[in-house]
Amino acid sequence: MIPDLGKYAGVVMWSYIATIALIAALVVLSLWQGAKVKRQLREVEERQGRDHG
Amino acid sequence: MSIWEYANPKRFMQTSGLLLPWVSGLTLACLVAGLFWGFFLTPDADKFGSTVKIIYLHVPAAMMAISAWAMMVVTSIIWLVRRHHVSALSAKAAAPIGLTFTLIGLVTGAIWGQPMWGTWWAWDPRLTSFLILALFYLGYIALWSAVENPDTAADLTSVLAIVGSVFAFLSRYAVLFWNQGLHQGATLSLDKEENISDVYWLPLLLCIAGFVLLFVALVLLRTRTEIRARRLSALLARERLA
Repeated sequence: MIPDLGKYAGVVMWSYIATIALIAALVVLSLWQGAKVKRQLREVEERQGRDHG
Repeated sequence: MSIWEYANPKRFMQTSGLLLPWVSGLTLACLVAGLFWGFFLTPDADKFGSTVKIIYLHVPAAMMAISAWAMMVVTSIIWLVRRHHVSALSAKAAAPIGLTFTLIGLVTGAIWGQPMWGTWWAWDPRLTSFLILALFYLGYIALWSAVENPDTAADLTSVLAIVGSVFAFLSRYAVLFWNQGLHQGATLSLDKEENISDVYWLPLLLCIAGFVLLFVALVLLRTRTEIRARRLSALLARERLA
């Protein structure tokens, strides 16, 4: 399935691995931070809603 | 309807919430199709062998590293002139994405340079200005973290973004300004003689579209997080005062 990359196979594969790893890390970090802040905000809004309700 | 309506955080959250799934889906489609086409279906180049497949990562990442800084400059100027918080927060949200693209450009360039130029790194004008751009990204992110007052942080980082635009501009045009160094000229050109061969051009275009969309999707996602974080800080401050 993988094409014959000849003597540069390592060069090409490492470029793809490094790029995919960096992008995946950024996406996972962004989603994790987003979910964390969303949960914290919901908790504070509910708490303040109860206190003032 | 005016574009300034999106400076309203509530309006931005509504619109970005609707757009985000579509932009994310389109990003995935373009990246998977472009990278599959480029990696599996294009031939090796005469001069560069199979390393030509690295252009599908290196060129879009380098383009977006510079474009992300340009976007940060524009939104920073909007913040300085019109004081729209969404504008400053979107610049803050874009910085880690731009840094990641810059790192991809530097890493893939170094991996490619070793067999082609015989060195991982050279103090070539384009490479050096690109490294300085990476340092500006790090400085920009550090400055946002270092200043407690968010408006002061937005002011200071906006000035830094404008100053750093010199290096973003240089990293794009260094090859034209200094006719020296190892880095070759532009991969994409309107001049048919200079432009990359058609067989590589179409998958490259698809990958560039994928990287642009990835940037837009991540900016939307991260700006939404920044807006929520800002509201969270305001609510917690109100709670402390009560």
